[in-house]
Amino acid sequence: MAHEHKLEIFRGLWKFKSNVQKIWGVLAFLSLVTAVEVILGIYKPEFLTKNYFIGMKLLNWIFIILTLVKAYYIAWDFMHLRDEKSSLRRAIVWTPVFLICYLIFILLFEADYIYNVFKDGFLAWNF
Amino acid sequence: MNTTVTTGTEESVWGGGNRPLNASYGKMMMWFFIVSDALTFSGFLVSYGFSRFKFIETWPIADEVFTHVPFFHGNYPMIYVAFMTFILIMSSVTMVLAVDAGHKMKKNRVIWYMFATIIGGAIFVGSQAWEWATFIKGDYGAIETKGGRILQFVNAETGKRAALADFSTTLPEDRVKHLSSEGVWFEKEGYKTSFSLNEVVEGFKATPNILIRTETINEEGEKTLLSRQESLAKLKDAALVVEGANLIRNEYGSRLFADFFFFITGFHGFHVFSGVLINIIIFFNIIIGTYERRGHYEMVEKVGLYWHFVDLVWVFVFTFFYLV
Repeated sequence: MAHEHKLEIFRGLWKFKSNVQKIWGVLAFLSLVTAVEVILGIYKPEFLTKNYFIGMKLLNWIFIILTLVKAYYIAWDFMHLRDEKSSLRRAIVWTPVFLICYLIFILLFEADYIYNVFKDGFLAWNF
Repeated sequence: MNTTVTTGTEESVWGGGNRPLNASYGKMMMWFFIVSDALTFSGFLVSYGFSRFKFIETWPIADEVFTHVPFFHGNYPMIYVAFMTFILIMSSVTMVLAVDAGHKMKKNRVIWYMFATIIGGAIFVGSQAWEWATFIKGDYGAIETKGGRILQFVNAETGKRAALADFSTTLPEDRVKHLSSEGVWFEKEGYKTSFSLNEVVEGFKATPNILIRTETINEEGEKTLLSRQESLAKLKDAALVVEGANLIRNEYGSRLFADFFFFITGFHGFHVFSGVLINIIIFFNIIIGTYERRGHYEMVEKVGLYWHFVDLVWVFVFTFFYLV
């Protein structure tokens, strides 16, 4: 069971001497990201909640991007996808990513349509 | 026998035993399971998004729902969930450390790291149970209208939420809980709220500084506060008192909110719970030296993958339920 570990994150910006050190480094990074999320969630800076990008508040964009960043480091370093063969990694990652993107698109689009029917259609919802 | 084809397994690609992805059978199967489970969870989370987009103007604001921390009074939105997230990430770290120690065949270290992982998982499941209990119990209480909408109460002077007990009067009325011994067709009574509808309505009329807050979210991203006149008019639609949450109605707002909360965090909590059980089994296997004799600790790696996956899902649940 010879296991090779790639001992660097952020594309080589942060290098580690051992696998154990890398784990603690990733933990530090993940905790930092979570802390940023919680602080933003509590204070909700106004310029982030007032401005929209493609129909969503900037704050929510930040939350979702930070979540994907966290997911990346959990999968790559904790689930050691970084050390797996790229074919295995691609099969694992892109299959769900494709299916989930499709699901998100189709369901949220439909939900928005229903919202508009309730809003503009001749339907009494809140009576 | 010239017609017999010799199948040399050493040279032939088709002789079996190939591992083109460089992963053992067990690890591959764990990945298969994780990918399919990831799709199940995304199905749940996306349907949560569906319902939320459908009722985008009236959906409850998570900050106002999850504000409690055990042993502390007051309003601390998000703190406890952040703590839970940290616990789960921390137990993920001890799991990676256990896998790492397993690669180096250090049995005692694997035992201790697995032990820490199990404790972390148990703390998380316990926290979730507490979160559920708080959610089910509720804190302020609300009124449901005939149309099934929730009306909450706010103190006009402080601008803070008002609990039913703050203004409701006690009327001399006898509300007897119906029992199955009293009726033939009776199934069950359900829960009895601490105040009857009449008591809340009368108390509201008698207390001028209480206003009603509707489910509708205004442009500032806050729930709409009605004036005293509008509040009194709105109260005519009141149909019943709601305290806490169940699968049918909840005091926080949209009914689907509580349903999805119970379903998604419940499904995730069940994953954590079974993860803890599997970890315990592996923990004892390590102690009795099963993997030492086998010559490798790949089993720890496989349960580790599951455990990290549970952590991964929580990261998404945290974002979509509590942050966004």
